Amino acid sequence: MSVGRTHSVSLIGLHGEIVEVEAVFSAQLPKFVIIGLPDAALGEARDRVLPAAANSGCELPSRRLTVNLSPAALPKQGSGFDLAIALAAIAATGAIASESIDRVVHLGELGLDGRLRPINGILPAVSAVAAAGFETVMVPSGNVDEAELVPGVRVIGVPSLRDAAIWHGGEYEPIPVEPLMRGGVDDPEEDHRDLADVIGNPEAVEAMVVAAAGGHHVFLLGPPGSGKTMLAERLPGLLPDLDPVSALEVSSVRSLAGLPVGRELARRPPLEAPHHTATAAALIGGGTKQIRPGAAARASGGVLFLDEAPEFNVNVLDALRQPLESGVISIHRANAIAQYPGRFQLVLAANPCPCGQYGSRDSDCTCTPSVRRRYLARLSGPLLDRIDIQVRVPRITSAQLRTADDARRLSSRAARERVIAARARAAHRLASTPWTINAQVPGYWLRHPSRRLGPVATASIDRALERGGITMRGYDRVLRLGWTLADLEGAEAPSADHIGRALFLRKAMAS
Amino acid sequence: MAAKDELGRRGEHLAAEYLQALGFAIIDRNWRCTDGEIDLVARDGNETVFVEVKTRAGLGFGHPFEAITARKLARLRRLASQWCRAHPDVTGLVRIDAVAVVAPRGEGPTIEHLSRIF
Repeated sequence: MSVGRTHSVSLIGLHGEIVEVEAVFSAQLPKFVIIGLPDAALGEARDRVLPAAANSGCELPSRRLTVNLSPAALPKQGSGFDLAIALAAIAATGAIASESIDRVVHLGELGLDGRLRPINGILPAVSAVAAAGFETVMVPSGNVDEAELVPGVRVIGVPSLRDAAIWHGGEYEPIPVEPLMRGGVDDPEEDHRDLADVIGNPEAVEAMVVAAAGGHHVFLLGPPGSGKTMLAERLPGLLPDLDPVSALEVSSVRSLAGLPVGRELARRPPLEAPHHTATAAALIGGGTKQIRPGAAARASGGVLFLDEAPEFNVNVLDALRQPLESGVISIHRANAIAQYPGRFQLVLAANPCPCGQYGSRDSDCTCTPSVRRRYLARLSGPLLDRIDIQVRVPRITSAQLRTADDARRLSSRAARERVIAARARAAHRLASTPWTINAQVPGYWLRHPSRRLGPVATASIDRALERGGITMRGYDRVLRLGWTLADLEGAEAPSADHIGRALFLRKAMAS
Repeated sequence: MAAKDELGRRGEHLAAEYLQALGFAIIDRNWRCTDGEIDLVARDGNETVFVEVKTRAGLGFGHPFEAITARKLARLRRLASQWCRAHPDVTGLVRIDAVAVVAPRGEGPTIEHLSRIF
């Protein structure tokens, strides 16, 4: 008997590696052996493939079946190899042509009845297939929509192993089966949250627009009920649509996390708001054998909102420092390093103290000064240092509610147009650099002699620096915010007014 | 004699004929000791071959080879060494083979042979 050979994909993070699947029968007592570092789910393929083949009418001889997954040293996980293993085994018997399956990459989990079940991570896996230069990929019917999002590769959807074998030229009678589809696939809902819902707090609303325009991280400090969550949830609505690369990334992470992907790539930036009991693994991703993406990876391209930030474990928050710095989440384990995109915009919200009333006009704080200090000290200096915008959000008063002018409030649509215009202006200015938004620009570039602002414009921060009110790093952050404010107003360069307002957006914590 | 024993007898007979046709010399049948029974002992050139014969009337309960478990193989090995002790005059190499006979009622039998299964 000959060797059946085909291909499948092993995913580590979002990176897919083509795996060659070989099957051979040898004249030994019946046994099914899978070699090439399979995990538990993949090892159980032996008990899925044999019944599935039998129930599909594809007879496999009662001999020793050895399946080799190479490269042998690469650890492989999951049930997505079932289809490739079954077809390689059938090809080893000669019932289908080995040359036919060798040209195609196969993905899919088998049910005992021989039907194919949709699997997670189809989008990144098919992207890897296209990148490796294969022309055809065979996937379960339930994954076809998702697989077809990847350009440049022909997608064959099959409902069962029998149909897969027939496609490859096996002489079997087709038996129509009900394909297994993925439950709950829905196009993402339209976001009904509008910036115009926010009453009062015009400074905070403006701060969110600035954050969206420059991609700056935000820290919102205010008593309970002041609208911090409301503001943060409206930030994704202010961001422009995702560019094609980010859209593929966002959809790939969703696919890997087992969330519905729908018929087209995600267009809108995601919002992730993990609860404050989240562990480091839940936030940035983790796991021992299969390394799964966390909330930060799912928020890449969009907004990661941490409500009640001081309530998070300190080590959990500090795990965000590396992705904030590099835009990439690397998870190191003994057997592999997984990388996920980590270009999220961070929004932290916190009460000023454990009871939440400190600094509000209408009620008294019951916390002692040391408790208050310790509360916000849970947010480490290095973390806060990376957050450009820090604003206080006061509770609104009944007078503000009554005088609120519905017509004058900024709608998300109008704000987004301003953001898009400001981003275009920044991108044009930064065209010759590796950066596209102001938040990415380092201080030395802003302070370069050819771009240095006049002494009049920077007078306020020069004085603050002189007096020790801000550090050099803070100085750079104010400059960066100043540029975003100038971009929003269509100014050539930040004026003294822009710098002054930028300083205000920085100073909430210090006051 | 029960029907299944009769089927087993017939299978062993068919297996012996099959092996003889391959040039094996059958030197012992149904050799018994306290540990159990060896179906066939044959000579193939310089090798002594201990043969486990499995017979089925159909494949409804699996292929005959699937009934040869690791435990059964271990016992076969013990039996082989006991046979050798009882026959010191037989020399040369030793191996264990398996023969599957599928003999549906009223149809010709199918015989499969695996060499060196242990």
